[in-house]
Amino acid sequence: MSDALLQVENLERHFEGLKAVDGISFTVAPGEVVSIIGPNGSGKTTTLNLVTGTIRAHGGSIVLDGTRIDRVDSARIAEHGIARTFQNGRVFATLSVADNIEVGMHSTLRANRPFRELSNFFLLRWIPLLGELFIAIIGTPASRREDKQIKNAVETEIHRFEARLGPRRDDPAYSLSYANRRRTEIARALALKPKLLVLDEPTAGMNQSETAEVLEQLLELKAEGQAILLVEHKLDLVMIVSDRVIVMDGGRIIAEGRPEDVRHDPSVIEAYIGRRRTVGGGDEE
Amino acid sequence: MTDLLALDDVNVYYGPFHALRGNTLTVGEGEIVSLLGGNASGKSTTMKTILGLIKVKSGTVRFEGEDVTRASTRHRIKAGIASVPEARRVFPQMTVDENLLAGAYTRRDRVGITEDLERMRDYFPRLAERRRQEAGTLSGGEQQMLAFARALMSRPKLICMDEPTMGLSPKLVDQVLDEIVRINKELGVAVLFVEQQAELALSIASRGYVLATGEIVLKGTARELLDNPQIQEAYLGKAKKA
Amino acid sequence: MLDTLIAGLLRGNVYALGAVGISLVFGVMNVVNFAQFSFFGLGAMLAWFFITTLGLPFWLALPLVLVVCAALGLIINISVVRPLAKFLPLAAMLSTYAVSQILDNASQIAFTAQFRVFPPVLPNSNLHIGNMRFGTSDLVMLSTTAVVMLVMSLFLKYGKVGRAIRATSQDQEAALQMGIPVGLVQHVSFVIASALGGLAGVFIALYVGVANPASGLNIGLTAFVAATLGGLGSLVGAVIGGFVLGILEAFGIHFFGDTSRQIIIFVILIVVLIARPGGLLGKVPLISTEPLTGTFLGKGRPLRIPRWVWAAAFVVLGIVIPLLRNDYVLITGTQVLIYAIIAAGFTVTAGQAGVLALGQAGPIAIGAYMSAALTMQLHFSFWVALPVAGLCAAIVASILASPIWGVKGHYISIATLGLGITIVAVIQLIVPQGIYNIPVPQWFGTALTTPTAYYLIDFGVLVITLLVMWRIRRSHLGKVISSVGSDEVAALASGVRGRNYKALAFAISAFFAGIGGSLLAHQYTYIDPTIFTMLMSLLVVTIVIMGGVSLPYGAVVGAIILIGAMELLRFTPELRIIVYGLVLILVVRFRPGGILVRNS
Repeated sequence: MSDALLQVENLERHFEGLKAVDGISFTVAPGEVVSIIGPNGSGKTTTLNLVTGTIRAHGGSIVLDGTRIDRVDSARIAEHGIARTFQNGRVFATLSVADNIEVGMHSTLRANRPFRELSNFFLLRWIPLLGELFIAIIGTPASRREDKQIKNAVETEIHRFEARLGPRRDDPAYSLSYANRRRTEIARALALKPKLLVLDEPTAGMNQSETAEVLEQLLELKAEGQAILLVEHKLDLVMIVSDRVIVMDGGRIIAEGRPEDVRHDPSVIEAYIGRRRTVGGGDEE
Repeated sequence: MTDLLALDDVNVYYGPFHALRGNTLTVGEGEIVSLLGGNASGKSTTMKTILGLIKVKSGTVRFEGEDVTRASTRHRIKAGIASVPEARRVFPQMTVDENLLAGAYTRRDRVGITEDLERMRDYFPRLAERRRQEAGTLSGGEQQMLAFARALMSRPKLICMDEPTMGLSPKLVDQVLDEIVRINKELGVAVLFVEQQAELALSIASRGYVLATGEIVLKGTARELLDNPQIQEAYLGKAKKA
Repeated sequence: MLDTLIAGLLRGNVYALGAVGISLVFGVMNVVNFAQFSFFGLGAMLAWFFITTLGLPFWLALPLVLVVCAALGLIINISVVRPLAKFLPLAAMLSTYAVSQILDNASQIAFTAQFRVFPPVLPNSNLHIGNMRFGTSDLVMLSTTAVVMLVMSLFLKYGKVGRAIRATSQDQEAALQMGIPVGLVQHVSFVIASALGGLAGVFIALYVGVANPASGLNIGLTAFVAATLGGLGSLVGAVIGGFVLGILEAFGIHFFGDTSRQIIIFVILIVVLIARPGGLLGKVPLISTEPLTGTFLGKGRPLRIPRWVWAAAFVVLGIVIPLLRNDYVLITGTQVLIYAIIAAGFTVTAGQAGVLALGQAGPIAIGAYMSAALTMQLHFSFWVALPVAGLCAAIVASILASPIWGVKGHYISIATLGLGITIVAVIQLIVPQGIYNIPVPQWFGTALTTPTAYYLIDFGVLVITLLVMWRIRRSHLGKVISSVGSDEVAALASGVRGRNYKALAFAISAFFAGIGGSLLAHQYTYIDPTIFTMLMSLLVVTIVIMGGVSLPYGAVVGAIILIGAMELLRFTPELRIIVYGLVLILVVRFRPGGILVRNS
């Protein structure tokens, strides 16, 4: 187990008495693609929010690459190497596609962020802040070099979605279509060069061909060795892309295993696809 | 069959985004119809369109033959459409009884309202027990019952339910579906409901529509849809490998 | 001690009435209603007018005041607040301030600005318990409030419309889906709130014994703080907040004197907001679904500005205008330039970081006083004092603001508003009198006293400000700050520490505000606390919104229009403010993204 990239143990979170995530444990190995499926409200998104620090856990532990991250804020978690997308797509509406991606690189930058180690300390955090301000206004040779690298890296990420994002690179994100916002978000997450990429329903709102496109890109990422934790409703995509599938229901893990095994697990079929009842209004037992 | 509700070639836009693409849909009197589809496929938008919460760009919405395309939500509620909103949306700091009264807001017959209040208490005994409790303190399942009862308080002919099973455990999901059937049978109210889980939905609906990216891609009786090999594909958004 | 408690109860009583009105409107419309402030002053003046001028008995005057206030409230809601609130709650908030300015000034025109002795309609020291004296007047006030609160709570609990008000404030969309006429509910709430404001105004006049059209502001601010304290939208919270504040204030005044009033109030507010970001009884969502301030502003594309326009603007502003040697134009021009500097520096906070801070008068005042002190006490040269004043403003404002960056949405605006007022109040406490004879800038031994010299200094500083802001906007840092304003949750997930960058943006803005303050001080050569008002803070915000909230050069355009236009109308100060209000309302109504931004 020590070779796991992400190790989650007995994770718990409740909302006003309702247990949204009820003591779950799972791992993601380096380079592994793990999907979480389950009906709406089963705790999938809450799990992602806990892993990425967007909300705090009430119990259990999360370890990324040997470091405990369940007590730190999500900015710190991003620096530890987890990047994420959000269920409904949260892009920076007023920034262009390219600038969205540049913000994603924030935690990888050095020359633009002098003394960045101090960012988390009371009062001392002003040293990096003023350093950044100095670099913004005056700049250093190193920061100018890094600016060029930023440009190149942004181009690389846009290139990943060239046909879609290429022509829109300087358009503000609020003017993008839903699907392009999702792409921008994924590109922004990848710009962080994450150890673990966390995707919350990346194909929601996409049609079949767009979904197929995302699938291609996920498979490419997988081939590059990118570890991914994925929440997705479209089972076929999940089956193709995942190394392992976790099924959640009512805040607990009800099944876990290889995609083909999970697919035929009766409890999964019942929880996720729904119990087959008699058709057309017949009820009961 | 007379159509209670009829949407004809309805187009809805969010800014430049084409959210509903020429959808045509009907619900007959006393019928249970299910609206299926993945996230962001336009199910909730359809519901909001029917309730008049969103402006229609083109097409018509008719209720009992009356054109209500430009009518206010309030007018439609008075006409006999009721809503069980997504995520229940009970008024959390109002008591159960007050929530029910809010559901009867458009009615003026005090006596009838009091009667119906009694009826709902009989109908949902759990709610009777908790009538003075704040709705926010109820469990998920109880809140769902309250949302049902609140909708029924307007004496509707049609109830629109947006994902009534969302966030409920499988056991509660069963209960909720049973409840829908009971309301439909005993009160003769037509039900249009949104559901993610196709097979569950079609187990109680007589007909269904499948939405994908704002378009109705499939429709038919429950049996037809269940037997249709495409449904899994369309609804689960089969990702074909290119 | 018991006297102080009674005084506290009487004040708290007034605050509670006002706060309930503010909270009621906020609950059903999500709009902070500054227009409520005016009803305090208006209520007092109307009552004075009805009783003294028309000779009506008090018991007739009181309901008349309520009716007039209620009717005015309805008109305001129909014509301004509701149309704006539908798409931009924060714009509606700003326009309610404009409405309150218009009301105050209209009332000043009608009743003149002088303090009127309020007729002693009821005896106010005819009773006693032990050796503590009080009057029928006090009893009537307290019991009227008690009755009003009782009626209100019965109405909200059992009335059909009352229940609809509660339903709407708990979940507006669900209320709509029940067929509740939300528009009507909002009108009713506004009417009730306005009537309560009028009632509170009459009470405060009864209690203090004088009335004045502008007296509403202080009480209004306190009532507003009381509503925030209780949790905006919570009526019980508003009542609790009102009485708590009234009593704490009374004891504060008892121990520290009347000048500490505002400081006490806002310190309480900020402490409560830090401990409970949603107020005592309010709730804050765990993950904000949409950033409140970020989406309000900045959507829409800035107009493309051809290069020659920059050159032309530089030539016109920097060369042609000084060459005109028209003192009136140049003096107006220096005002425009100073506000442009302050506002351009503010764009990084309001536009990029998405914090609509409402207290810029605070750092401006720090800069002004600091610069005056440095040149007068320590004999610094103006050229050294100028940047040092900016730095001091940035440092002091940052230290004071440091606890508030975890506060969200409306509350952060309110906290900064409190901050600005507190800073000025503290300055007033330290230097109660104005400062005279602030030295003018020197250039190699020559005193620069001509309007042309002032103008050129300000122009130079503005050019530097714009260059700095332009560099920041284009840098990685600028994009990072904008990401925080756009969506703080997503920014955090990208490793961007939102609070740090909001603090930095605020510090940058405070720096330029301090610079602006210093320039003001050396040109007026006289400063006192009445210069640095809430109106000044809101003027800065309005300039920024007019030009396009995140565009530094937009601030220049906004300053030219607002300050220039106001100076041109200088001969009638009352009219000036009315025009200011109208301009603000028109801009947020028709160009919500700003004049230089195309609507999207």
